[in-house]
Amino acid sequence: MRLEPIPAPSLARRLGLPAFALILTALVAMGLVALAGAAPGEVAWLVLKGAAGSQFALLETLNRATPLIFTGLAVAVAFRAKLWNIGAEAQLYLGAVATVVLGTGLLDWPPAVLLPVLAVAAMAAGALALLVPTFLKTRFGVDEVVTTLLLNFVALLFVSYLLEGPLKDPMGLGWPKSPPLIDEARLPRLVEGLRLHWGFGLALIAAALVWVIQTRTIWGFEIRAVGLNAEAARFAGMPVNAVLVRTAILSGGLAALAGFSEVAGAKGALTLDLSPGFGYTGIIVAMLALLHPLGVVVAAIFVAGIFVGADSMSRAAGVPSFIADILLASALLAMVLALGLTRLRIRR
Amino acid sequence: MTELLEILLSASFWAAAIRIASPLIFAAMGELICERAGVLNLGIEGIMVVGAFAGWMAVYSGLGLWPGVGVALLSGMAFGLLHATLTVPFGLSQHVVGLGITLLATSATYYAYRLALPQVTTPPKIDAFDPYAIPILSDLPLIGPALFTQTPLTYAAFATAALVAFVLFRTPLGLALRACGENPAAVAAQGLPVTGLRMGAVIVGSGLMAVGGAFLTMSAFDSFFFEMVNGRGWICIALVVFGAWRPGKTLLGAILFAAFDALQIRLQQTPLGAALPYQAFLAAPYILSILALVVMSRRAQVPAALMVPFRKGER
Repeated sequence: MRLEPIPAPSLARRLGLPAFALILTALVAMGLVALAGAAPGEVAWLVLKGAAGSQFALLETLNRATPLIFTGLAVAVAFRAKLWNIGAEAQLYLGAVATVVLGTGLLDWPPAVLLPVLAVAAMAAGALALLVPTFLKTRFGVDEVVTTLLLNFVALLFVSYLLEGPLKDPMGLGWPKSPPLIDEARLPRLVEGLRLHWGFGLALIAAALVWVIQTRTIWGFEIRAVGLNAEAARFAGMPVNAVLVRTAILSGGLAALAGFSEVAGAKGALTLDLSPGFGYTGIIVAMLALLHPLGVVVAAIFVAGIFVGADSMSRAAGVPSFIADILLASALLAMVLALGLTRLRIRR
Repeated sequence: MTELLEILLSASFWAAAIRIASPLIFAAMGELICERAGVLNLGIEGIMVVGAFAGWMAVYSGLGLWPGVGVALLSGMAFGLLHATLTVPFGLSQHVVGLGITLLATSATYYAYRLALPQVTTPPKIDAFDPYAIPILSDLPLIGPALFTQTPLTYAAFATAALVAFVLFRTPLGLALRACGENPAAVAAQGLPVTGLRMGAVIVGSGLMAVGGAFLTMSAFDSFFFEMVNGRGWICIALVVFGAWRPGKTLLGAILFAAFDALQIRLQQTPLGAALPYQAFLAAPYILSILALVVMSRRAQVPAALMVPFRKGER
């Protein structure tokens, strides 16, 4: 038995296998639910109802999807260039730090000026966080997977230091928390009366912009070329290192916007639990979206729905909400396998 | 300064360093085997979590300590089999599969923990491994208490490192494994099964990672907590690079790293600790790992076929 490459896979193969992967994943999750002593059908229904069963649930899902769109885009952009940015978590937190430093009264400008400044400052902080590992990669050949992973821990400790020191809220009653943002620094609601902030709108705009960059610009072409074959790209005269640096700025900046939007839109202050792993979940979102920027929006809403639905299901049915993480991790693996198999066939 | 000397000359400091190094030695040896055979295993962090839970849970359910280590080993090998199947015969991205395995193993562990102990707020304790003083050797000054008054699992870690070094560099199997990581086509030309060798390396390596995790719950501590692995897996990947993919150097790197970790804990109690925020000390090991990677990067002898999938008959 061996595997053979298929030169031009059919459309049925390209769509059928990922669909099969998702069904397989759902079956695995159902089995685990049964193991917990609950009825799989009922649990699936509760997840669906919790994620999209009411206006409140739907808005909660979209709110939760917002940071995931940003981190998913960050990962998708970087992975396209084979820049393995696993540090979206660190970039998210540094973006949040920049937002809090400037947005708690240091700058007191009208929202129309302040909000763009905060967003750009956050992006700069996140870009910087990814430029360090990128520089170590291009200059010293140090694998960025390990460095970005390790920097996640450093960034979290840095935030912990800030929240107990310079950025501590004097009114915080000892809880590690930053002072609240001033009103001018808060993202307004998308529609008056509905609990959905402008971070979601910004995320959709970001996804559209990334799509334009990737498909309609020379830079996007260079990113893809470097990702497919860095040697060939270099031979064709492309500045490979410069492309990687530009990709890092974009990717780090996008991840940082997740932190900006969570602080300025959702929470209003920085805490140590601002992100329950949005940076890592971004990898799942990007892979489920096949690294396509518009697909990231769909995948992020799907993933957020699973999380929100599982939370509410867990309260009602008593199945641990970690079932959502298992479901998504297996979906990631099944999807990668399905993608691999679209280009391979098994021969006896 | 005298305080620093006092710390460095105390037996308890070195005993702590060896204790902190032990799980890293197990897991780094596991990663080294995988990478020498040509497969980067980023599942290490999650597999350590699985091992930590499986070993502890087995003992908590009534099994003996060594059978518990066996359960941890098997749990790691199960996830290793999944990793190996996806990355070796199917040749899928080792980055993405590895991270996926880490996410899956971690969440599956937490799920199993909640199912097994739904009500508890503080996890129950087990009777963990006790230190065993090796006769005569443990009476030596300084190194006696540091090296020879450890738990049996620490001795097993050192024995594992020696065994890995012996198998990799003194046996035909080791030669074939290393060749899989350097030039798999040459291995196939010899009529040896590259796929089987690589899969075996990943499965055994993952088993060792899980035992490294089990050390945390069965020897270093006596209970299981969420996030107790806390990046140790990623540090092991850095240690393998630091050790230039050689077991002896990787072992030394693990001890050096652990000594630094033990030192930062002790320095927190000194006047220096009062002057700096404690987070600076906690971040130091991660920053040190990154610096070590930068320093070693120029001299590193990366296995030539690391992360290169192999399919027979294709070039």
